[in-house]
Amino acid sequence: MLVLDLALKSLRNRAFSTSLTVGSIALSVALLIGVENVRVGMRDSFSNTISQTDLIVGAKGGTIQLLLYSVFGMGSPTNNLSWDTYREWAEHPAIEWTIPYGLGDSHRGFRVIGTNEDFYRRYRYRGGQAIALAEGRAGSEVFDVTLGADVAAELGYGLGDEVGVTHGIGAVGFLNHDHLPFEVAGILAKTFTPVDRAVYVTLEGIEAIHFGWEDGAPPMAGEEHTHEDVLAMEEIEITQVTSFFVGTTSRRDVLRLQREINDYEGEPMMAVIPGLALNEMWQGIGYAETGLRLVTIFVVLVGLLGMLVSLYTSLNERRREMAILRAVGAGPKSIVALLVLESVCLAAAGAICGLALVYVLLSAGQPIVEAQVGLFIPIRPPGSVEWLFLGAVVTAGFLMGFVPALKAYRTALHDGLAVRV
Amino acid sequence: MSLAIDVRRLRFRYGNGPWVLDIPEMALERGTRAFLFGPSGSGKTTLLGVLAGVLKPDEGEVNVLGRDLASLSGAQRDAFRAEHIGYVFQMFNLIPYLSVLDNITLPVRMNAKRRARLDGAGVKETAALLADHLQIGDLLKKPVTELSVGQQQRVAACRALMGSPEIIVADEPTSSLDFDRREAFLELLFAECERAGATLVFVSHDRTLEGMFSRTVPLPDINRAAL
Repeated sequence: MLVLDLALKSLRNRAFSTSLTVGSIALSVALLIGVENVRVGMRDSFSNTISQTDLIVGAKGGTIQLLLYSVFGMGSPTNNLSWDTYREWAEHPAIEWTIPYGLGDSHRGFRVIGTNEDFYRRYRYRGGQAIALAEGRAGSEVFDVTLGADVAAELGYGLGDEVGVTHGIGAVGFLNHDHLPFEVAGILAKTFTPVDRAVYVTLEGIEAIHFGWEDGAPPMAGEEHTHEDVLAMEEIEITQVTSFFVGTTSRRDVLRLQREINDYEGEPMMAVIPGLALNEMWQGIGYAETGLRLVTIFVVLVGLLGMLVSLYTSLNERRREMAILRAVGAGPKSIVALLVLESVCLAAAGAICGLALVYVLLSAGQPIVEAQVGLFIPIRPPGSVEWLFLGAVVTAGFLMGFVPALKAYRTALHDGLAVRV
Repeated sequence: MSLAIDVRRLRFRYGNGPWVLDIPEMALERGTRAFLFGPSGSGKTTLLGVLAGVLKPDEGEVNVLGRDLASLSGAQRDAFRAEHIGYVFQMFNLIPYLSVLDNITLPVRMNAKRRARLDGAGVKETAALLADHLQIGDLLKKPVTELSVGQQQRVAACRALMGSPEIIVADEPTSSLDFDRREAFLELLFAECERAGATLVFVSHDRTLEGMFSRTVPLPDINRAAL
């Protein structure tokens, strides 16, 4: 292993340029692996937005649309389902639990969601975590409201504050339900999911503020209802829900149940499996990932090209060294091996430092990123993708090493033992 | 076979350039201390390259220790040089990133047969012994960049002598030394060559040293391609 020994000592001798080269490769490799980690984190947190829900059921329409308005609070629902239909399905023997959602109103840009205590009991996200209350209690009265963590933080609400609801979705609505304000009963703990950006009321509350709106427009001036007009909780008749989440008694029934719901003749409705729909959605935006990955691969190539330049430009001042090695019996192939080995060592050192840098940055930055943007990037041992990247970097270093090596090979053959400068 | 070097009808040129060497005959017996004399441009370094097997002759025979280098492949010539030849350059003989000791032991680490010639003696011990003989025994641990030119040339001589090769080739190794040091260097080199029974091929353009050698070969006389 004389050649390896020579390669390492030669690199150490050029410590400054070696560390610059290793540093630039390490940074580019760290970027490549870091982006990969963020990508995986994003995908995980995306597909973990909701968990343990087997089906999401809503009026017939687009799969992704249903997912968007039910889970992510984006876009608008097309139609509602009747309460009777919902109850009929909720009693279905294959269904263990449901969470009903009544959508369509907002509060200063945040979605207002009508639901019931099943939401607090059954809703699960990121690997089965349940909704928790940071303050107060889960709203259960007609004019109770429970705020998502971001809503409370951004609007500065506390328990007991009054919240007016706007008809429709948007930051500024023209049609307000201000005459029937809600009161903050509880604030949810942060989940880093769309739950944080929603306002939860009871389905009865949704019905109450829409009394007299049966034709889609607010009651005439002077005919608005006030709190005193509103019936007690148990007397309000709920007429509709927008969608509902379903947990089955046995997961084996999911596909059969989905078909059954899609074929239901009483009302046009559909059921989607959230896992599949989320995957479909992610694939839709997957091209952005590919683009990001391409950019980082090019950054690594630039890092390796820097190494190539540094090795290549060092060759001229190393002609004497090559002649000495030739004189003591090194063949041109040994000269090639020396330079290729130097290149491989640089790339490998860069790759390893880059990997280490990722873990240092991750362990330092993980809590900050989670607190600031709600993205949880798991720290895990390097997986097959990381090893593949590292292998590719070292292989690229190996191949690039042949560029200066072949130049040195020709010089060594041509120069012989004389060094013409 | 008592000839160390036996060159016949040798012709050599770089690429398609003019002939640099055209030597009908040149023979050196084993154990000779040959002074190969010639002015700049007479093809001295090129001839050494051919004798060391780095450059391949275009025509003719170059028999070194009974092997015709012209008939060997590049790899065979490299192996032959590694085993049988020690080479000293005019200057800048040492690899800067290796210690003095590592520079001296380079040939025996490069080639297993050269190492076998140590006859069981340790690599470091042999290097230390040679260094003592050339009066640089106290420099083994030093980085080569701290050595004077004279010290560097002695280290180079140690390296060439390591593993007792049959032939030592020296390309103006004394030209960067002042006169007194030249003689001292040569006397040490001669003594070691004699101890090892090596043939010395010493090239110079400086005839003042001629008297110390057993044989003089004027290159312009034997090389018909010389300018």
